[in-house]
Amino acid sequence: MARIIVVTSGKGGVGKTTTSAAIAMGLAKKGHKTAVIDFDVGLRNLDLIMGCERRVVYDFVNVINGEATLNQALIRDKNCNLLYILPASQTRDKDALSQEGVGRVLDELKKDFKYIVCDSPAGIEKGAHLAMYFADDAFVVTNPEVSSVRDSDRMLGILSSKSRRAEQNEEPINEFLLLTRYSPERVKLGEMLSVEDVQDILSLHLLGVIPESKSVLNASNSGTPVILDEKSDAGQAYADIVARYLGEERPHRFIDDKKGFFRNLFGGK
Amino acid sequence: MSTDSKKSPNKLIALEFKTSTFSVPVLMLLTDDLISIEQQLKEKVNQAPDFFKNSPLVLDLQNINKLSSIINISALVGIIRKAGLLTVGLRGGNVEQNKQASELLIPVYSALSGSVLAENKKEKKSSPTPESKVDEKAGVIITTLITQPIRSGQRIYAEGDLIILSQVSAGAEIIAEGNIHVYNTLRGRALAGVQGNEDARIFCFDLQAELISIAGNYKVSEDLDKSVRNKPVQIYLQNEALIIKDIVQPH
Repeated sequence: MARIIVVTSGKGGVGKTTTSAAIAMGLAKKGHKTAVIDFDVGLRNLDLIMGCERRVVYDFVNVINGEATLNQALIRDKNCNLLYILPASQTRDKDALSQEGVGRVLDELKKDFKYIVCDSPAGIEKGAHLAMYFADDAFVVTNPEVSSVRDSDRMLGILSSKSRRAEQNEEPINEFLLLTRYSPERVKLGEMLSVEDVQDILSLHLLGVIPESKSVLNASNSGTPVILDEKSDAGQAYADIVARYLGEERPHRFIDDKKGFFRNLFGGK
Repeated sequence: MSTDSKKSPNKLIALEFKTSTFSVPVLMLLTDDLISIEQQLKEKVNQAPDFFKNSPLVLDLQNINKLSSIINISALVGIIRKAGLLTVGLRGGNVEQNKQASELLIPVYSALSGSVLAENKKEKKSSPTPESKVDEKAGVIITTLITQPIRSGQRIYAEGDLIILSQVSAGAEIIAEGNIHVYNTLRGRALAGVQGNEDARIFCFDLQAELISIAGNYKVSEDLDKSVRNKPVQIYLQNEALIIKDIVQPH
């Protein structure tokens, strides 16, 4: 049975698209046929992060409007042949999306794909609403700072009250917390909320922590999802997250300050 | 182009009906003396002109009708308008007053609850005595139980007591006509006794609320003393002051 995953946050700039690209690639690399959809109509970015911006012919809105078939619009990833990207339209706005149209496209994708990752736009308006409406699982991407946590909380409220599952009184969406741009050093200095602080406020199952890392920016600039950079800490963190989501037990990493640990070990200050 | 709007998937949705609860100030009239009313209203408004500017207002005529006074609704609404307020409803009025209000396009509410009186309900209302109404209300104890977290932006309204087993996030709002119990962390806003029940209480396991209110008497987070935060407390009203006390009293 296909599962629809929404990557959402409420707040902008926290790493939704980076996360969508990474987990979609991770799932495909694990042998699951995966599609990733950019719901950010008018501000499309996913194709850049996935490095397929020069191969976009048709987009999500074209498919909804019946101007192209799904197969014409889906772009196969150059690194993994089980991964497909459905780009957003850059020349339209969110009103081009309709609930009925999105539902139709998702139903068609479900026949052929194991996982469908929906990259939500920021905000809680139409685009974000439609991205989460049909979801089975939600990855709530949060930065360790108060406004991001507050917005995630708001989004969780919407997931539990305005989604299709909520409206039809089905089993609720599985919600997972992804803490991104985490810096144990700054937590130690009191400049950032800790994992515990965020958990305390959101009381949500933590799927993983992604450390603040140069490799994320490098990966975005080069158009390769960071999960393919297996040497990088962020890449490994995303690999852990995908494995945990698929049911593997993996200990949490990148939560503690490694430098601090060595500093303590050698008696430095 | 097809003109059949029913078939078009992109049909524009023009409107949607939703239910919302607003808190609106109620002006209780204690006299039919329009001159005193005008003067005292002006004084009140002058104390906080920005607060009252274009504020909606519901007129309550229960008290003056007990004195069987006669009051001109149209003149009264004019005075209120002159003071910068907008009359959006009338309650506790008699048949004649309700009629006058309707002519001025002002909605008529029943005396006890906030519900709008329908035309056909009007006759019914005058027959039962107030006591029977109170009994009716007391007979039905409505308790709302919530086990899911109340997230930022969510709003819960309970007609009776409200019991919440999970956390109430900052930016959430829980409102009850009766008592509120939160057996977890309370970070949002909690308003008990919103229909004026001064005996309503708020109980919570961990007080970090943004605002607490009982029957309209409120305190914001900034007013909460450190000694009452982050622990189990109960909040009640005594001589119009909010009292916050540990649930477990030291012996």
